[in-house]
Amino acid sequence: MESAHFTQVTVHVDGETRQVEIDNRTTLLDLLREHLGVTAPKKGCDHGQCGSCTVLLDGRRATTCLSLAVAHDQAEIVTAAGLGDQTSLHPVAQAFLDHDGFQCGYCTPGQICSAVGMLDEVKSGAPSHVTEHLEKSPDLDDDEIRERMSGNLCRCAAYPNIVAAIHEAAR
Amino acid sequence: MNPFAYHRATSVQDAVTTVAERPDAVYLAGGTNLVDHMKLGVAETALVVDVGHLPLYDIDHLDDGSLRIGADVRNADLAAHPIVRSRYPVLARALLAGASGQLRNLATTAGNLLQRTRCVYFQDVTTPCNKRSPGQGCSAIGGYVRYHAILGASPHCMATHPSDMAVAMTALDAQVVYVDVDGEHRLPLTDFHRLPGEEPHRDTNLPAGALITAVEIPAPLDGAHSTYRKVRDRNSYAFALTSVAAELVTEDGTINSARIALGGVAHKPWRAHRAEHALLGQPAGEDTFTAAADHELAQAEPLEGNEFKVELTRRTLVATLLGLMEGHQ
Repeated sequence: MESAHFTQVTVHVDGETRQVEIDNRTTLLDLLREHLGVTAPKKGCDHGQCGSCTVLLDGRRATTCLSLAVAHDQAEIVTAAGLGDQTSLHPVAQAFLDHDGFQCGYCTPGQICSAVGMLDEVKSGAPSHVTEHLEKSPDLDDDEIRERMSGNLCRCAAYPNIVAAIHEAAR
Repeated sequence: MNPFAYHRATSVQDAVTTVAERPDAVYLAGGTNLVDHMKLGVAETALVVDVGHLPLYDIDHLDDGSLRIGADVRNADLAAHPIVRSRYPVLARALLAGASGQLRNLATTAGNLLQRTRCVYFQDVTTPCNKRSPGQGCSAIGGYVRYHAILGASPHCMATHPSDMAVAMTALDAQVVYVDVDGEHRLPLTDFHRLPGEEPHRDTNLPAGALITAVEIPAPLDGAHSTYRKVRDRNSYAFALTSVAAELVTEDGTINSARIALGGVAHKPWRAHRAEHALLGQPAGEDTFTAAADHELAQAEPLEGNEFKVELTRRTLVATLLGLMEGHQ
């Protein structure tokens, strides 16, 4: 009976295919951190409220703490550590460095993945809560960035520099 | 969290049959509410049936002008859909006012409807709660009631349904399409969620084991203007203290049609029939809107500590209707 509570799961993380048998209760975040040693996504609140566990899941930003790993067999996952390449940082990560978009850095991998996903959403023309005209492509001003990044909290309150970094990366 | 078995449903039929044989099973889609509640010890199951991979992710614009939204359509995709943005601004606005960008990428249409009606005490297993354990008592009485109901509550439960999407769909006369072992059925969304009454543990009238496959929304009325306004304690990523979904049709300054629903104020999305009735045939303007809001809220029974929500809802409703007259969307 106990074997019914475990499942073999394959995920593709930062370009590497990983296979592991997990307890069905395992969240995607715990799979990454505890079973695969992928520690870029951070466990903050563990309830979907802080955004520090954000990754790109099948190309879109998502919290990993409220997803069961077993429900994401064969998923493509890119963490903050998998952005960019060996020789250069991803432009969003570089912009966070250039603008001091962090202090302690704990929320930063989630912030960066969220910003990368968010910029794709803007590029696709998706409106936000503060977009005035629903049918026009949004202009990425400060209000838009703040609204679209509201799922990522920063206890150090580095928000002004995070907004500046995202402006820079969006150019 | 209790150990559980996992089954990835291969079809709607497979999902429904599996759950019919296992009353202790639950459906999983985006997981943003269910997994949270499993972690908190609020939800328990022996079998998770994953319906998040079923082909229920299409948004179809049907010949009669209505919109059929698959149960697994992500909230983000529904909000960004061109037809939703152009023909149902109230729905796009409501979706965009809910949760965060990351969660909207996970959360589904059916999951949003089926998220639990809840309050802080429901989510804290160390406090008594009639919704979690019928008969245990309600911790909200004399407690923290800022997010609690002012309409339709019972002495057993005063929690609110936190969805924004469902408030807009309630105003738009949406139908919930579901499948059980007997086949496909439809339920008006206004009859889908329940008031707490004597059975606060029941959030909806969806039969046990039934699986939502789609939500259908009729074509918008000709000349309709609609929008959604949400009032909350912070600018973004917070539940509503109160919210208003409204659609108006006016001709030569007279209101020909009004559809209104309120959020954050009741155990279910609250269709404001009394306000609608008071608006019909009247001149569109502040006096009419105020009278309609007063008419609706005459039945409000606020709790000790959330009396402010009556006035807040009244002002929000009037401001939303005035905004529609000024062309806001």
